[in-house]
Amino acid sequence: MKMFSTLGRTLPWLLVALFAAEALQALRPRAETGFHTREFGRLPALLNGRVQPLDSVGRNSLLQIRNTQDVPLAEKKAWEFWKHPKKLRPGEWLLEVLVRPEQADARNIFLIHHPELLGEFKLEGKGTEKSGLHYFTYAELKPVRPEIHEQAKRLNGVDDKLWTPVQKQLANLERGLTIYERLKNSLRPEVSDDFAKELAEFKQSVPAGMAAVRAQQEGKEFDKEALDRFAKPAQHYYLVEQMALPLIVPPAQPEVSRDNWQNAGANLMEVIRGGEVHPAMNYYAQMASAYRQDKPDAFNRAVEEYRQWLAGKLAPELRKSRNEFFFNNLLPFMRAMIAYIFAFLCACAALATVAWARWSEMFRRSAFYLIALAWVIHTFGLVFRMVLEGRPPVTNLYSSAIFIGWGAVLLGLILERIFKIGIGSAVASLAGFITLIIAHNLSMGGDTMEMLRAVLDTNFWLATHVTVITLGYASTYVAGLIAILFIVLGVFTRHLAGETAKILTRMVYGILCFATLFSFTGTVLGGIWADQSWGRFWGWDPKENGALIIVLWNATILHARWGGLVRERGLMNMAVFGNVVTSFSWFGVNMLGIGLHSYGFMDAAFKWLMIFVATQALFMALGLLPLRLWASFRPTKAAPGDVPPMGGQEKPLPSTG
Amino acid sequence: MFDRVINLFTSLKLTVALLCLGTLLVFIGTLAQVDEGLYQAQARYFKSFFIWWSPAAGMKLPVFPGGYLLGSLLLVNLFSAHAKRFKFTRKKIGINLTHAGIILLLLGQLLTDVLSTESAMRLAEGESKNFSQDFHANELVVVDMSDTQQDEVIAIPESLVAAQKEIRHPKLPVTLRVKRHWPNTDILGKPANGTVPADATQGVGVGVHVRNLPVTAKMDERNLPSAVIEVLKGNESLGTWLVSSQIGQPQTFTNDHKVYQLALRFTRHYKAHSITLQDFAHDKYKGTDIPKNFSSVIRLQNPATREDREVKIWMNNPLRYGGETYYQAGFDDKDPTVTILQVVRNPGWLTPYLACVLVALGLIVQFMTHLIGFAMKRRTA
Repeated sequence: MKMFSTLGRTLPWLLVALFAAEALQALRPRAETGFHTREFGRLPALLNGRVQPLDSVGRNSLLQIRNTQDVPLAEKKAWEFWKHPKKLRPGEWLLEVLVRPEQADARNIFLIHHPELLGEFKLEGKGTEKSGLHYFTYAELKPVRPEIHEQAKRLNGVDDKLWTPVQKQLANLERGLTIYERLKNSLRPEVSDDFAKELAEFKQSVPAGMAAVRAQQEGKEFDKEALDRFAKPAQHYYLVEQMALPLIVPPAQPEVSRDNWQNAGANLMEVIRGGEVHPAMNYYAQMASAYRQDKPDAFNRAVEEYRQWLAGKLAPELRKSRNEFFFNNLLPFMRAMIAYIFAFLCACAALATVAWARWSEMFRRSAFYLIALAWVIHTFGLVFRMVLEGRPPVTNLYSSAIFIGWGAVLLGLILERIFKIGIGSAVASLAGFITLIIAHNLSMGGDTMEMLRAVLDTNFWLATHVTVITLGYASTYVAGLIAILFIVLGVFTRHLAGETAKILTRMVYGILCFATLFSFTGTVLGGIWADQSWGRFWGWDPKENGALIIVLWNATILHARWGGLVRERGLMNMAVFGNVVTSFSWFGVNMLGIGLHSYGFMDAAFKWLMIFVATQALFMALGLLPLRLWASFRPTKAAPGDVPPMGGQEKPLPSTG
Repeated sequence: MFDRVINLFTSLKLTVALLCLGTLLVFIGTLAQVDEGLYQAQARYFKSFFIWWSPAAGMKLPVFPGGYLLGSLLLVNLFSAHAKRFKFTRKKIGINLTHAGIILLLLGQLLTDVLSTESAMRLAEGESKNFSQDFHANELVVVDMSDTQQDEVIAIPESLVAAQKEIRHPKLPVTLRVKRHWPNTDILGKPANGTVPADATQGVGVGVHVRNLPVTAKMDERNLPSAVIEVLKGNESLGTWLVSSQIGQPQTFTNDHKVYQLALRFTRHYKAHSITLQDFAHDKYKGTDIPKNFSSVIRLQNPATREDREVKIWMNNPLRYGGETYYQAGFDDKDPTVTILQVVRNPGWLTPYLACVLVALGLIVQFMTHLIGFAMKRRTA
């Protein structure tokens, strides 16, 4: 007995220690051998209007091309979780694309899974297949590249809402291919070999070459050799100027303008216009040549020297890109997500083993501690993002998912701290897990830290209206999730036979009160913001209406409760419907694609929204069953109290003494 | 009977029913915007007493309460419930504050709906204006330009033009006979599919063709109406003109040696002050098409108050002046020197601010009282 209670107390802590240790080891700096590609990934560039590390450039490009953040070098089956095949990290992959394109062309990165598209471009039997997804290399697609481009061109001018699934995938493929082709020409011309040497020769060839050009234009005699030596690379550099995606050359005079980044080609073309090659280009050329010639020492030296050069006038940019690199590789939301799902299993175990008080309490504690840890990691990620962006927590759909999860978990933790019956933990972990999954899927669109368009560029309103309304969403969801648990536990188990039903009702009611406060205040603040920026408090815009629906629905529930129109079961069913209402406001209105608020149109999520609504309808149907069919409220022959009610768990475990 | 009515109007059941209907109405009205457009759906669902359904031409059935009806019923419900049960106790402070805030909000919105006007002012750098133009309404104007200091404008709303009758007015020296009117058109130089000749004998309308377009309700589009007007002096015709909101060039007729301008144009709202655009800036984030900021530096001049000052208007930072608010609304894709300011006159603009404070305060007081009570009970338990 004594041993069991020791185990019961230490096991939850052991579990937390395990997860904490795993998270902490990610913080430890790692020494690199061979090519210092991680250091390379930390170098800053400008893309999407913001300074970011090359690692992010590679990562967001890969997300758009391959829907993954890295490139696995060997295939494994989805269920072979013990295998960890070597992967190309995003920075490494980007380096390869920039400098060794022929090698990059042989990587399986282009995702096509529509059979019609495979047939159209005669790709059957080619590529690699992994769990139904077909990946192709650029080399494999090259023969049909013109055809893909021609087909994609036909989409120009067609409203994207009318696109068929085949067309959507075609558009994605074209976009991926274009990104890839532009990346290949973002540092040096694709055909270049020893870029450092070529660049040095080019610099020398400019005066004589330009003289020859001028002479030719004036119809005089000119040095043909000098012209050729100069013209060929100039043509290539012109192509780079046109094609390059990230702007990798930092502003020459950061003290004048910190915005004046250039792409590699633009800087090289400046030489012709009488300008100078930027020092950054020289370092990059050295890196390129060293990487192609397989000289790690020379490569590492160039990276290090460039870093030191940046640390002078461009220290803030360097710091930002290094911090973002750290954040990218820490994967805090992924780690929190895994901890949440473990915690959810523990919480379920606690509910399932309620007849064995000690076991149940051990699981309950494990779940609670684990959620607390996951929430700390979640918070760390949230705050780190805020600092990186210099913004309040919610700036787009992605960050709203992160923040809704954060708020819901916090509420669940507080509930668990007060009531100690495992329900708060179950809700917190489930909410955390689901919202982070949603966020993960939203991040597939590419950069999640994109710049804010002018109307949103106000930290005051983002911090007040957006934060408050998002907390309103979070609390409405928490109430809905508790209501689902109430229905499931009530219909299928005898958990609610005792005090628990009352406690859950009190929880849902209390949270709905907060949900009303947050959603109302948030909605009106939104109106006031609209009054400040568009000149009207209320314009019946879909996003505004969505928020209003939540307020109205929460008010309906509260008034129905006060008026005695609904009791426990009715309250729960209404709260479940609150999930539907909130999801409509959060996602549904974006799918309508109208109004001033529709910044992010998305349709893949529509299917999931419908599935979600269907499940909620199912729960409500269950909730509408007459009480005599509920396991918890069914009259039994045995005396009530056979099964210990959950409320009995409030007593702590006896001490070892 | 009277008691039953009172009971109905003060009941929480009515509140719940109204809130439920309200939720549903907002949902339907939002979905309807996809097909009907924001403006139209707003008028049909929210700014109406009933939503009408016409199963056949000429038939109209009210099928659902509209926003005005639900809003006013909620107000009545709220007022009567408080009138009947109002008690000023500490326990009720929260609820009373909340409901007072909601009453203020609803009344304020009613005030806004009835009294507010929205218009736009489009200015190129260096240009001055003392009027803004309506977003939706158009007017037929006859401008007497004989006074060199000030024009006299006789404006006739488009709804009167749409009746396609003769228009007379004591200030009008002539009679205007509306021969044709189209609510939305495109004017072309030569005949094309679906066009009709304009049949004008004078002005720019001679020889041009009019294509009738379906009326649009989209956010980013507006209707450009046209009309064919015959100007009559007594029974004598001075000619027939094509007027249209699409036509920018001035068209004139002469009557008794006076020159009058004739035009169908966006309804103008004249002001006592004038606004001159000095500088318009529109930045994008480096290497992207994402707008970073827009801002207009304007010069505000008011002869009555002898004001002459410079003001910067930018996103989220409007200018409030003379009972109107000027917002940075947009820009012209084709002309980088043009700013578009939105001008709103809304006497009720302050009510939501107050309402928000009242309701938030009320809810916090209410829930905190509950929470503290709950915590105390747990502690003693």
